[in-house]
Parts: sequence; C-alpha cells; structure tokens
Amino acid sequence: MLLESAERFLGEHSSSQVVRAAAELPSGVDLALWSRVTEELGWQVVAIPEACDGLGLGAVELVILLEKLGARLSPIPFFASALAAMILRTVPTSPEQTRLFEALAGGAVVAFAHTDARPDWNEVGVKVSSAGAPHIAELNGEARYVIAGGVAEQLLVAARGEGGVRLFSVPSDAPGVSVRHRPTVDQTRSLAEVTLTGVLVEPGCELAADWERGLGVSLDMARILSAAEQVGCAQEALDMTVAYVGERVQFGRTIASFQAVKHKAADMMLKVESARSLLYYAACTADAWLQGSADDQALREAAAMVASAAGDTAFFVTGTGIQLHGGVGITEEYDIQLYFKRARALEAYLGRPDESRERLAQMLLDGPELEGTVHAA
Amino acid sequence: MQLEFSPADEQFRNEVASWLRDHLCGEFAAIRGRGGPGDEHHFVDERKAWERTLAEGGWTCIGWPEQWGGRGATIEQQVIFNEEYARAGGPGRLGHIGETLTGPTLLAFGSEQQKQRYLPDIRAGQAFWCQGYSEPGAGSDLSNIKTRAEWDEQERVWRFYGQKVWTSLAHESDFIFVLARTDVSQRGHRGLSFFLVPLAQEGLEIRPITQLTGTAEFNEVFFDGACCSPEDLVGEEGDGWRVAMGLLGFERGVSTLGQQMLFQVELDEVIRLAKENGASRQPALRQRIAEAHIGLRTLRYNSLRMLSGEDDGSLSREAMIYKLAWSNWHRNLGKLAMDVLGPEAELVESAPYELNRLQSLFLFTRADTIYGGTNQIQRNLIAERALGMPREPRGDA
Repeated sequence: MLLESAERFLGEHSSSQVVRAAAELPSGVDLALWSRVTEELGWQVVAIPEACDGLGLGAVELVILLEKLGARLSPIPFFASALAAMILRTVPTSPEQTRLFEALAGGAVVAFAHTDARPDWNEVGVKVSSAGAPHIAELNGEARYVIAGGVAEQLLVAARGEGGVRLFSVPSDAPGVSVRHRPTVDQTRSLAEVTLTGVLVEPGCELAADWERGLGVSLDMARILSAAEQVGCAQEALDMTVAYVGERVQFGRTIASFQAVKHKAADMMLKVESARSLLYYAACTADAWLQGSADDQALREAAAMVASAAGDTAFFVTGTGIQLHGGVGITEEYDIQLYFKRARALEAYLGRPDESRERLAQMLLDGPELEGTVHAA
Repeated sequence: MQLEFSPADEQFRNEVASWLRDHLCGEFAAIRGRGGPGDEHHFVDERKAWERTLAEGGWTCIGWPEQWGGRGATIEQQVIFNEEYARAGGPGRLGHIGETLTGPTLLAFGSEQQKQRYLPDIRAGQAFWCQGYSEPGAGSDLSNIKTRAEWDEQERVWRFYGQKVWTSLAHESDFIFVLARTDVSQRGHRGLSFFLVPLAQEGLEIRPITQLTGTAEFNEVFFDGACCSPEDLVGEEGDGWRVAMGLLGFERGVSTLGQQMLFQVELDEVIRLAKENGASRQPALRQRIAEAHIGLRTLRYNSLRMLSGEDDGSLSREAMIYKLAWSNWHRNLGKLAMDVLGPEAELVESAPYELNRLQSLFLFTRADTIYGGTNQIQRNLIAERALGMPREPRGDA
C-alpha cells in the first residue's frame, strides 16, 4: 500500500520539471513538495517511535519509500529525515531525543553533520571539537557534505572530545553556527557546509557521549538507506533506457531488437535485481539490529555488502544507460544524465564500493571468522 | 522477503539433518562430498547403493505426491532438504534426473500405465535416467531436433535414428527420455514427440566425451534402429515440445540453497587458502574475495526473494536472473581460486592429469555459463521476457 501510494504521488508531483526547477533553488530542496508529503502522506513518521507520534516502523519501510524517491530524484529531504530518526533510535533515551522525534514527526528537517574535508567516513573523519563536558560544551570546527543542511532547522553534530566521539543536538540558528550551501556536480542534490565557532551547547543537548560505536552503526544505517536510493535510481535508469531503445529506429528496426543492445539491458537488470535482493536483506538486518536480534558485526557486513553492490550497480546502469541512449544521452535535455550524476554522487557518499569491499575483507580475512556465513540469514 | 523458515519447517530440517547424520557414515563415509559437478563419474556403484538407502528412509522424491511414494513436501521443505543434504556432504544424486525431470513429467503428462511402470523404480532408487534433448545441431536452438522416431508397423515399435549429445551419465543409466521428430515434414517445435527409451539394447551406442578436465561425465548417444514400445510415447504424437517444456515454467529454485551450500564450501576453501599462503594480504585479491562473498550472499537473498514470491507459476524477475548470476559467480570463483593458489596453481597433483579440487573447479566452471542455456541465451530471455524487448528474427538456413 505504501508502495502504490508513493508511486502514485511521486508520479504526479515529482516530475522531471519539478526536479529540474528545484535544482535551480539555492537550497536545492522543494519545501512546498516536502510540506505536501509531511501533511498529506506522513512519510516522516514512519520510523519515529509510537510514543512520539510515529508509526514505530523501520528500515524495511524506509527503503521502500527511498527506492521510489531515488527513482524520481525527488527534491525533498526525506533521506535526512529518515536517517535522523534512525540515528536517534541508537542513542540513550533523553528529553532532547523525545523533542527531536516529535519535531521530526511534525515535518522538521534534521540533518546529520559529522565529517570534514578529507572524509574517512568513520570516526577519524570527525573533526569538530568539543570541550567543556560535562557542563556546557563548546563546539568548534567544520562539517562538510551535509545532506539537506541548507534547509535543516536542527543539526545532529558529531564532535570529538576528551571521552572520544560525542553527538550533539544543535539548532541551525544557534549563535556561532553558519551554514553555507554548496552547489554540486549532482545538480539535483545539494550539500551544505556547517561551520561552528564557539557554539555553546547545554548539557541536555548532548545526545550521546562515547559515541564511536554509535557513529559506526549510524553510518551503516545511512549506507543501507542510501543504497535504497541507488537501487531506485538504477531501476529508473534501466526503465527509461529500455523505453528509449524501444522507440529509436536505425537500420530499419528499433535498436531494442539488436542483441548487442538487449544483452546490455539484461546485464543492467541482472545488477539491479541483485542489488535489490541484497537491499531487502540489509533492511531486514537493520531492523533486526534495532530489535536487538542482530549485532553490530552483522549490520556492518550487511551495510558493506549493499553499499558495494548498489554503488557499482547504479554507476554501471546509469552509465550504460547513457551509452544506449547514444548522442542524446549526453544532452542536458534527456533525464538519463541526471541519474548518472546522482549515481556518481551516491557511489562516493560514505565510502566508495572498493572501500566497502575492503571493510568486508577485514572481516573475512583479518578478524575472527564470520560464523555460519550461509545459514545466518 | 522472508529470511527465516517456519518452526514446523525448522522441525523438518532437524529431522533431515539427523537422518543424514545417522546414515551418511560407515560404508558411505567415503562418498561424502563426492560425485558433484566435475566429479560425477566417481563412486558410481557406491552412490547407487546410497540412492537405495535414501529411498528406504523415504528421502527420494519427497516432492512427489504420497500416492506415488513421495511426501508431498512443500517447496520450502524441498529447499530445506536440499540445503541439509548439501550441508551434510551428501554425494551427487544419481537419481536426480529421474526424480526431478522424468517423474514430474510423467505425473503431469504420463498415462496411468507409464506412471505405474516407471515411478516406483525411480522412487526406490532402482532405475536411473538420463536426458535426451541436446543434439549436435540442437544446442541453444533446442527445437532444431533431427533425431527421428519412425513407426515400425511390422514390429509395432517406434525406432530411433540420430544422435543426442551432452548426455550426463548415460553410461550409468537405465533409461533415456528422448525428444525426437515424428513428423519430418515439420520444423522447429512442431512434429516432435517425447519417448521413454531403455538404454541397454541393440542399435544404441554410448560414447563418452572427454572434457578439458581429462574426465568424462558427458556422452554422445547414437541411435540406429533402437526402439521403444508404443506405450512409451508420453502425451500425444507431435506433442513433445509441450511435454518437454511443460514444467520449466514452474521451477521455483528448489535446489538453489543446496547449490549455494556447496558454493560456500568452495569459497571457504579459497579463503582458508588465502589466509594460509598470504594471498589475503594482496589488496587486489582482497577486493575479489570480498566481491565473491557479496556475490554468494546475493544469490542467497535472491533465492529467498524467489521463495517469498507469488506461487502463480510465473517467473519473477529475480528468478529470471538466477542462472546468469550463479554461473558467472561460480566461473569467477574458479579463476579466483587459481589466482589465490598462486604459482602452485600450475602444478597438477600427479601425472598424467590428476587435478586438485580447485584446478578442477577452475576448468569445469567454464561449462557453467554454457549448459542449461548459455549466458547469451539467458540474456536474450531476460531482455525478451522480463524487459519486453523484441525477439531476434529467425534465420532461414
């Protein structure tokens, strides 16, 4: 049901024209469309606990929506909203956590800011410093590549302090916070740069201390959610390519009738369906982690697998899509190029596919054995 | 997507596992893990004895209806059986053509007389079957069958003339089912009929085909007047294509998890070797090992998606990619195994050409992307059936 309503709504309201228009805005986000989604469809409450006005669902439902949003390149901050909800579910209960859940449920945009200019996409990347625990903390430093940062009312800031990595809740209009919009190669998804200069944070706004493990888990959750967008993006690129080659006539027949073209399309579908199978597994694993029936290692493995597969898949499928479009594939007019750009951006976000494979290799070859690799579903 | 089986199915799993533990030992200990692809010619007598032991325990033909000695097992139970069988190191099944092809074909299209004559011996592990579809001129273009079946009015038998090829284990089997042309005025899938033919007779010769591994699992089968009785025609005369293809659409991946269990054993061996010989420290090999791990897990979740899908007999998208996915994965594993072995990969175990397990894997997996529909045919099927792209026009030659 979620799937059908998402398809219907996005088909009507997130057309190519809407996406291209949003790309012209400084923030890159269509806030009017986001208001309709939050008010009419309520997707933002999916992963919010029931006690905080949410549906208490998890990654399985989020990936269904994110696949559809990825397929339309929809210019709304749903990924940021969903990720914030998942991150908040990994931190200890506190009044600030409840307040943020309720704000998210009301449609507020909350963005995750955690890394600097040379990201390692792990705790090493955290360069914002925090001093002054356990009293009022002072944050200084910079976080880059913040998705939906330009429209966020609230920031989740990872910072380094004496006790390791900590997570803070910071209003984006707090004194000392400056948010700069950065245009991107992927024109349909903008990023922001957050600078914190002497930002003072009340003790109640420290969501987690000693948060290195939580950061690892959060990044794995982010990889799984991001993979859903990649699978959706790849599926749509495949569909629009098959439609195009079915109309384009050369040598007196549609180019879809040539095996050289058909076999490329078959390889595209092979990759999309393979990535989708892994995605569904990874989403189930993320939910199992939330329920305490999967450990960090299982989540890390699932995230690395799906990030590698979905990243390679989206890049291959959108790139091959351009190739099969021929000359028009490299024009601004045709949408396939927008999907290619999104695929490139998502492939690099949170670590390239080869970095994911190296993380897996460490688990398989360097550490203790992964137990029951086949049977552990 | 369901990642777990029901408690009742898990109970069934325990029953299978404990029976196998109790029986796959003693005289059968030597055939554990033997007789799989690339090794099918080994321990044939012992594996036939094992088939009879399986049959006595009620573990052959479990998917058949109870009326014919099966358990009426659900798809899930059949998957579990195959998985546990592989996990226990169960030897390559000599009875699988009879159990999974002849039996279901007869159950769907056979006469009462055919069922009574053939099903009990298959179920009992007493009669072994091989498959007579491919011919030298009918590979990917399977319907281009030239083998003829002629009606001999005097002897009242069908007589066969022609050649089948790639017939696995024909030399160890009792019967072959043959797709032959009964109307030579027809071409393609018209004018074909489906017959059940005994192998031990005049006018039928089996010649082994030596493969690149130096072993011979496949055969050529030559027909020069060999015969079968009119009662051994399955379905109507001229209805052979429908009979032969009838069950393919209902394949829901019963054997996939069992197959993946064998793949995991191979991958584990490659990983163990890489850790031992230091290959695991080479960045390029680390990437490929991780990729192999991801690929195998992808096959698993792809299968679980297939099993969670609608049981309406239609092929889902994930089912349509499965052959292409597993065959490429397995072939790549064979190459990875050689690369992890390093320079040692080039030295055979003993003269003249005794290969070790990984060398054999490397060479034999080149067949995976060819048999059962080549990669090229698989891509055509995906493009035409799943993506709705046009069919290639047929040549007239």
